[in-house]
Amino acid sequence: MTNPLVQMRGIRMDGRSDEAWSPIIKGVDLTLNRGEVLGLIGESGAGKSTLGLAAMGFTRDGVRISEGAVSFDGIDLLAASAEQKRQLLGKRIAYVAQSAAASFNPAHTLLDQHAEAPVQHGVMSRAEAEADGMELYRKLRLPNPDEIGFRYPHQVSGGQLQRAMTAMAMSCRPDLIIFDEPTTALDVTTQIEVLAAIRNIVEEFGTAAIYITHDLAVVAQMADRIKVLLKGEEVEEAETREMLSAPKQDYTKSLWAVREFQRPAKPAPAVDATPVISVQGITAAYGKMDVLHDVSFDIHAGRTVAVVGESGSGKSTTARCITGLLPPRLGRIELDGAELPLDYRKRSKDQLRQVQMIYQMADTALNPRQSIGDIIARPVEFYMGLKGRAKRDRVADLLEQIELPADQYYDRLPSELSGGQKQRVGIARALAAEPKFIICDEVTSALDQLVAEGILRLLARLQDELGLSYMFITHDLATVKSIADEVVVMKDGAVVEQGPKADMFRPPHHPYTDLLLSSVPEMDPDWLSDLLRERGADNVGDAATARMD
Amino acid sequence: MSVLIALIAVAVAGWLFRFIGQRLTGKPYFRDMPYAVAFGFALAVALIGAGVWLYLQPAMNDQGVPRASVMFFHWAVHFFAVSAVAAFLFRLLGRLVGTQGSRKLFRQMPLTAAYGILVVAIYAFVAIFAAVLAPHGQEEVFAAANVVPGGNPAMGGNPDFPLGTDQIGRDILSRLIYGAQNTVGIAFATTVLAFVLGASLGFLAATLRGWVDQVLSRAVDVLMAIPSLIFSLLLITVASAWVSGAGLTAAMVVIIAVIDATRVFRLSRAVGMNIVVMDYIEAARLRGEGLGYLIFREILPNATAPLLAEFGLRFCFVFLTISALSFLGLGIQPPLADWGTMVKDLSAFINYAAFAPQVASAPLLAAGAIALLTVAVNFVVDWMLHRSSGLRE
Repeated sequence: MTNPLVQMRGIRMDGRSDEAWSPIIKGVDLTLNRGEVLGLIGESGAGKSTLGLAAMGFTRDGVRISEGAVSFDGIDLLAASAEQKRQLLGKRIAYVAQSAAASFNPAHTLLDQHAEAPVQHGVMSRAEAEADGMELYRKLRLPNPDEIGFRYPHQVSGGQLQRAMTAMAMSCRPDLIIFDEPTTALDVTTQIEVLAAIRNIVEEFGTAAIYITHDLAVVAQMADRIKVLLKGEEVEEAETREMLSAPKQDYTKSLWAVREFQRPAKPAPAVDATPVISVQGITAAYGKMDVLHDVSFDIHAGRTVAVVGESGSGKSTTARCITGLLPPRLGRIELDGAELPLDYRKRSKDQLRQVQMIYQMADTALNPRQSIGDIIARPVEFYMGLKGRAKRDRVADLLEQIELPADQYYDRLPSELSGGQKQRVGIARALAAEPKFIICDEVTSALDQLVAEGILRLLARLQDELGLSYMFITHDLATVKSIADEVVVMKDGAVVEQGPKADMFRPPHHPYTDLLLSSVPEMDPDWLSDLLRERGADNVGDAATARMD
Repeated sequence: MSVLIALIAVAVAGWLFRFIGQRLTGKPYFRDMPYAVAFGFALAVALIGAGVWLYLQPAMNDQGVPRASVMFFHWAVHFFAVSAVAAFLFRLLGRLVGTQGSRKLFRQMPLTAAYGILVVAIYAFVAIFAAVLAPHGQEEVFAAANVVPGGNPAMGGNPDFPLGTDQIGRDILSRLIYGAQNTVGIAFATTVLAFVLGASLGFLAATLRGWVDQVLSRAVDVLMAIPSLIFSLLLITVASAWVSGAGLTAAMVVIIAVIDATRVFRLSRAVGMNIVVMDYIEAARLRGEGLGYLIFREILPNATAPLLAEFGLRFCFVFLTISALSFLGLGIQPPLADWGTMVKDLSAFINYAAFAPQVASAPLLAAGAIALLTVAVNFVVDWMLHRSSGLRE
């Protein structure tokens, strides 16, 4: 092996907060050889992105490299002048950001933005750059590669935009590309085609890459080596296969074990039992456009029904119909066998109390100006009429139930809590109303895997203790496997398939269910290659979904 | 021509500065310095040099006639220096005295904010205790009219009236002090009224949407379509048919409040819209909360930062509008002292600025009082905005 492409030694980085520098990266070494893909994984706040950017000699505002050395192909990046760096960045080092939608300039076409870097760096003429762009679009399997470049970013889908961004990073044939969570914001079925495209093109041009993600199964497909970070320190690093089969450190093992959480199956409900919530043939519209078509399902006491589907499939709209925020045009909704008024404003206080909701983004679900105690106390006071001492005791009980000590958390503001803790407060607020039925809308998708598992376990325990029923909206089939009793699969506003979990994960499925199930990345490094061979390279993502209609 | 030569000299100096810096130190700071930054440094040095040169010029020429530009520049420099020292001392005092919370507040405070708070506090003090502080009454007329400010008999002043008297012999110092009470007090009341009206309607429109929003927004659009100063002039003229004196002042407060409430409405509606889409508002709605709880407990606390900033700005605008109206003779009515009226009454003296700076300073005192308060309020508001946006992290 010749000298490595990127060599980082003893990197220490500080972030500025409250007028003081505190360490973010605490002495990490990183070596990347030519043509190699290194996966960086860790929870949010582990310093993956910060370290990835430092490999380009770049730091975000308020972050500095306090110690260590970064060399790229023998060039000391920390000592390089601004002019030298300008020569490297974009030309030999490229960056693909998490949100392509936010990273493209909405005022220019894709091809304009694609041609900018090669023309600026003098690698190609404008015409060559455009021709090359179309060629790259073809390689990345974008539809209509000769025309798509003339569209504006809002005219193409998220998965296509992410591939266009990869093409843009490739435009100068860089030696190194840094991928910062490129598929995190995408649906499983779209994720596959982006993964396949990135992998092909990186292999074809022999580009070295640093692939940053929190999803182990994704990194298993992409990386030759994996480095695990925890709180700014390296936990371990190994070849992908070795890391997956035999992780050495406890932390890594716990990451691997997350996916094994599974609830024991519950007996099926009695045939004549009254469901807690019964959705009967609801059709709902935004304006004149129907977005839900004749959706029906029942949720029985003490059971969890998972509603799965891609974004835009109508999962959250169904939830809005049940809560009454979007009164359906047709159909009826029953609570305990009694009809619920369709508009929430017409429901009684008790009917409102019975149906509670937990939101995906705990950040926007909790009022940032109210203390945790006040947030939970409001429904206690509003529905139960408790005041003073009794109210405080009840809130303390609820905080105890969500495993946050009341004496420490009662007076804190949401901004002082971590993502997982905020989500727990959201759960406590729902519990405070003492409901029968809770809608969980993607409650774990914004959380790290270990934290998400904690939330799932908490929800499962509360269900057992309080006999709650859940409607669990998710796009993550691993979550479905671990918590659901029954599954409802939705696509384009209609129910495609529904039934007990055991049946759903066993063939034969509806073809769409099959597509969803097979698109979930597995921890096997050969999974993506096998899948592509099985499906045919042209039959992934949008193409596969389109074929179904 | 001389300006062009000076600019070229500065440009060369900037280039030399960077070049020498690179050669002597070799530090990345000089190596990566864009030329614009080097030019900026050179320009700053040149401007400071020019300022010092101007300051060192004699304030009188050979014949003993004051040179207006040098004199005004002296006053400005002295005023700036005194302000800076006062702000520094005030912040130091705040850091040493007070509760733990207030001391912490002063530790993180920039000098501009300390200065703003100090000035606002002084204005408030003067406004409240005007009757005690003023040497004479605001309507008292003395025999000595047109006394020059400065209190120096050789220059046409009078030690009894340190800031001089106006054309009909009223003490300017006393009128300035009473003016704080009248102008600032009325402007503050007007702004508060505008906010109560505008913010509550704005949040109502954002929360209810639908026809309530349509009716309110279109009504506001109509009001905003008419230039505000002309509109208020018109309405006050109409009002003057029924009321006069103090009644007219009250009518003016209501009229300006309503016109300014339209701007507050637009802001609070826009801010409210962004808050209303949050999940916590949806959660509160699904809980069955009433409108009052939604607006005052869920929305308002999250809108305080932009509203506070708007309050500072709006206060300045209202204040300037009142002064402008008074200047036109329709605002605060005599015999009440008011800064706008004072500027108008004394404005003829500005013509003497070139050869008699002391005479010209009479109208500038009232104008300066207006400007100073505007600047101070903005300093405080900027700081509050910065703080609240920082806390949101």
